[in-house]
Amino acid sequence: MMNDMTRVERTVDSKAIKIAANNVQVHYGDTHAIKDVNVEIEDKTVTAFIGPSGCGKSTFLRCLNRMNDTIDICRVTGDILLDGEDIYDKRVDPVQLRAKVGMVFQKPNPFPKSIYDNVAYGPRIHGLAKNKAELDELVEKSLRRGAIWEEVKDRLDAPGTGLSGGQQQRLCIARAVATEPEVLLMDEPCSALDPIATAQVEELIDDLRKRYSVVIVTHSMQQAARVSQKTAFFHLGNLVEFGETGQIFTNPEDPRTESYITGRIG
Amino acid sequence: MTDISQTPDTSSTAKPKGSLFDKDARTKRRNAAEGRFKLYGIAAIGIGLLMLVVLVTKIVTAGTGAFQQSFLELSVELKEDKLDKKGNRNIEDIKKVSTFGYAPLISTALETEVQNLGIQTDLKPKEMGKILSKAAQADLRNYVIANPDEIGNTVSFRFLVNSRVDGYMKGRVTRESIANDKSISVAQLDLVDQLRDAGVLYKAFNPDFIFGSDASDQRPEAAGIGVSMLGSLFMMLVVLVLALPIGVAASIYLEEFAPQNRLTDIIEVNISNLAAVPSIVFGILGLAVFINYMHLPTSAPLVGGLVLTLMTLPTIIISTRASLKAVPPSIRDAALGVGASKMQSVFHHVLPLAAPGILTGTIIGLAQALGETAPLLLIGMVGFIASNPPDGIVAGFLSPNSAMPAQIYEWSKRADPAFYERAWGGIIILLIFLVTMNTIAVILRRRFERRW
Amino acid sequence: MALSWLLLILLALAVIGYFAGRTRALASAEGDARALHSLPSYYGYNVALTALVPALGLLILWLLAQPLIVDKTVSGMIPDTAITEGSDRGLVMSEVRRVAYGLDGAIAAGTLSDAQARNASADIEGLTQSLKDAGQVLTQDISKPILMAAQKYRSMTAAGSTAMQVVVLLAALLGAAFAYVRTHKEFRARNVVEQGVLALLLLAASIAILTTVGIVLSMLFETMNFFQLHSWKDFFFGSTWAPNFRGGSELSILPLLWGTLYISLIALLVAVPIGLFAAIYLSEYATGVTRSIAKPLLEILAGIPTIVYGLFALLTVGPALVSLFGDGGALGLGWMASSNAVLTAGLVMGIMLIPFVSSLSDDIINAVPQSMRDGSLGLGATKSETVRQVVLPAALPGIVGAILLAASRAIGETMIVVMAAGAIAKFSGNPFEAMTTITTRIVSQLTGDTDFASPETLVAFALGLTLFIITLGLNIFALYIVRKYREQYE
Repeated sequence: MMNDMTRVERTVDSKAIKIAANNVQVHYGDTHAIKDVNVEIEDKTVTAFIGPSGCGKSTFLRCLNRMNDTIDICRVTGDILLDGEDIYDKRVDPVQLRAKVGMVFQKPNPFPKSIYDNVAYGPRIHGLAKNKAELDELVEKSLRRGAIWEEVKDRLDAPGTGLSGGQQQRLCIARAVATEPEVLLMDEPCSALDPIATAQVEELIDDLRKRYSVVIVTHSMQQAARVSQKTAFFHLGNLVEFGETGQIFTNPEDPRTESYITGRIG
Repeated sequence: MTDISQTPDTSSTAKPKGSLFDKDARTKRRNAAEGRFKLYGIAAIGIGLLMLVVLVTKIVTAGTGAFQQSFLELSVELKEDKLDKKGNRNIEDIKKVSTFGYAPLISTALETEVQNLGIQTDLKPKEMGKILSKAAQADLRNYVIANPDEIGNTVSFRFLVNSRVDGYMKGRVTRESIANDKSISVAQLDLVDQLRDAGVLYKAFNPDFIFGSDASDQRPEAAGIGVSMLGSLFMMLVVLVLALPIGVAASIYLEEFAPQNRLTDIIEVNISNLAAVPSIVFGILGLAVFINYMHLPTSAPLVGGLVLTLMTLPTIIISTRASLKAVPPSIRDAALGVGASKMQSVFHHVLPLAAPGILTGTIIGLAQALGETAPLLLIGMVGFIASNPPDGIVAGFLSPNSAMPAQIYEWSKRADPAFYERAWGGIIILLIFLVTMNTIAVILRRRFERRW
Repeated sequence: MALSWLLLILLALAVIGYFAGRTRALASAEGDARALHSLPSYYGYNVALTALVPALGLLILWLLAQPLIVDKTVSGMIPDTAITEGSDRGLVMSEVRRVAYGLDGAIAAGTLSDAQARNASADIEGLTQSLKDAGQVLTQDISKPILMAAQKYRSMTAAGSTAMQVVVLLAALLGAAFAYVRTHKEFRARNVVEQGVLALLLLAASIAILTTVGIVLSMLFETMNFFQLHSWKDFFFGSTWAPNFRGGSELSILPLLWGTLYISLIALLVAVPIGLFAAIYLSEYATGVTRSIAKPLLEILAGIPTIVYGLFALLTVGPALVSLFGDGGALGLGWMASSNAVLTAGLVMGIMLIPFVSSLSDDIINAVPQSMRDGSLGLGATKSETVRQVVLPAALPGIVGAILLAASRAIGETMIVVMAAGAIAKFSGNPFEAMTTITTRIVSQLTGDTDFASPETLVAFALGLTLFIITLGLNIFALYIVRKYREQYE
């Protein structure tokens, strides 16, 4: 059903709003890290967050699945709606939220377990498979979606930490996909990878767009241009500009965006 | 677009999932497990802290009694015909009167006091005298020898009472508990009650517990921890004088000069392992090397200090190395850059900057050594050893003595429960020392801690 | 007293040497310090150190070697006939030493003149009497060979001490003279002094090795003596511990080892879960404030001397357990006869080890990278799932290392078991019974009247060596695991 939908809804404006953020403010202790951000993230789209270091793009990304909850001094105000439901509502359990909004981190962080157990971890804790056969199937499906199945299918019992950097990152993506999320957040997923591994991951991201809403934070403007349809430019905690990727890179409205993409700030 | 966003649950997900606002059963179960797990953690910390509270409460409640002692105040006539028959106040002659010579004086004084207060008792004078400590005569004799001019006068003297009477005053001994006790009777306790009501038998602060020496099994009321405190002090001096320079020298070598080779590796592994060798093994080493081989005197604080030095060295080396490591290389480079030799850069610049850290580590090492008991048992620093404080510095190092923890152990082995109170009291004093030392270490660390 | 005088003289020589060297260096440069190779004070240090260090080294060596040589010579001159049945040369030698010290003491007390003490044909009874008058303790009556040996012992010791003083002073003077003569403005004093200081630093660092060697040797020799007197098979494989000072003892380590391990096991059963959960809570859940209060409070438990725990076990925990499990106790079980029991010692030792386990585990759990936790939380795991399924498996090697270190602590712990475990060596699974441990037996065999020629005393050294090897093995293994673990995340 989902696949059918993607095929039908090719055009950009027909896509659903997956996440809507209204007046989001983030404080780290006394630091005002995110100032009044409004953004709408669409389904089945890759949205890129770009901006200089410390501009708040990663912080904002971590708000989208409440990973900032693990930091004591972090305070988030404003609304972030996932499918119309406020994820900072008291009734929302971050555990359930994170099952829907998966995350891939900057540094590949496979658990010190076997490749199989790494991928099966999410399904196991969320109880997604009824039996071993179903779990096997789910693991295989996730590894295929992570574009790593062919490389690891013969050594599923080998430790995940033994893979190369690019393989580890694709394993982490497969691990995130295995919980069947609706949104995938990626925090600079290629910054620790070499160019070949980066290319593989970028290709994978483009593929993931068919099923998920993908939000990617990146340092590399080229990468944003290559993989994303929408781009948001953050500067000093403000969302400066948000729009079609092509437009942002060729014809930015804000002078700050222009100076960033031409390399004058950053 | 708007249509879809109004019905997001069904249209945009692969698998229909419930609203985020409803917790499914599995999430509830998982959250319950989370709560239980957290509770285990709180319980674990709770148990640990509870043990600390129980331990401290026990020490305080059981030990404070040792600082108070019951005394009986009597007017004693120091009869000249008994104490100084020749009447010439020759100190040698006075010393010839043994403690037995003083017994009748005290006995008479007690009898008179009982009569004067109008107390009715069926006890014979000898029985009455038993409420006093066995140390009473010796105390009076010491007083007379110190003050020969008082002979012939009637002086008011504060006598220690028997440990059972003291226990009765403190509530440790009751009329029921003495049913099978031959050393005290109900009649004697009646007498004690009356003397207490008359105000001549009372509890008071007892400095002799802090400054005095240990006493024999029969006289718990006279035992004090002062002499073994001196023993500990002399041991700590030895440890400080030896362990600090050797530890600092070893750390400087390992941290600043040691080449990366096998010898250095062996030394390093050795040090970390020595830090975990059971203390009793150091006792065996001390016994075999210092006493059996080098024939140093048994039970001497010098030997105890040597053993504790070897035991403390790894601690001091480990903390000194940490504080040397904390001095940034830029300081060394700066000194080398103006033409100082490596040795000069270390001694002139690195060492002074690391000094607070070294001092902190040394104090903590000393505190560890101060509380150590096991090795001292093997080199004989236990038992009723010294009845007088050492007369001089050399004697302090060489003459047999005990140490605070060993003294506490010794008391805990004795039969009379009155000694237990003293053991707890000794622990209070020991802990006061340890807390003080650790507080100084913490203050030093806070005061001089540098972030580079 | 002579020794402290000798030290003072050496120190004085060094001080004089310092100033002399400094002056001579300045004189050679005609008072212009800039013409010197090194700072003037280095020339001074050079003379002082060259005078002091070799002389002190010589002194220490002499002090160590002299008793060995004297003992050997004197022991050689005791005829076999003087060694009575049931005794041996070592015992006779200690008697000889006692007589020699007695003579010294009697001279000091003034009941004996030096000439009388040296008189080989002295009247033995009179001598014994004057020794006793001086308050000297003698265990046997002095016999002729013992007296002669004692006199020889005294004369050799005295001659040795005189020779030592002469040689040491000579060495100091020669050293000072040598360095003084070499002092010249071209002389590279700083380099020489620094090399000397470096050698001293190395020496200090080697004391750690010397200590280990000392521990091993001191126990090894006596252990070998023990195995000459007692069968090693009985020691390692026997089943009974029954020392008997009249001989015919059965001295097997196994029942002691059983008691040791049993008590350690109980201690670990208490300390590991509590310590581990406390560490997990402190590192994963607690807020900064809770952590900054609870952690130091828990660590107080680690700073309390073991004698305090011993007393706590003996006087509080033991009686409390008896009132629960003993005859007529609150539970009416009648399982526990005395407060000395495996359970008492194990529980209290467990309390002592809680902070040890918790602070080691805390460090180890904190070494697990945050990215692991993020990865798990990002997948929607709860904190406890993250801890149990990701953090703990990742930290497992380190935690095993920490537990092994705690086990080594428990095995070597002495005061708590001496005071609370009891003295009965047996194989039993009942935690309410008294049992005994290796450390307890070492203390009891080596305190009180000891006779270093009897297997009952010497067994303590064999026990000590075994204990040392067990704990050393555990430590090396544990430290190795922990180091490997840390390297993995660095």
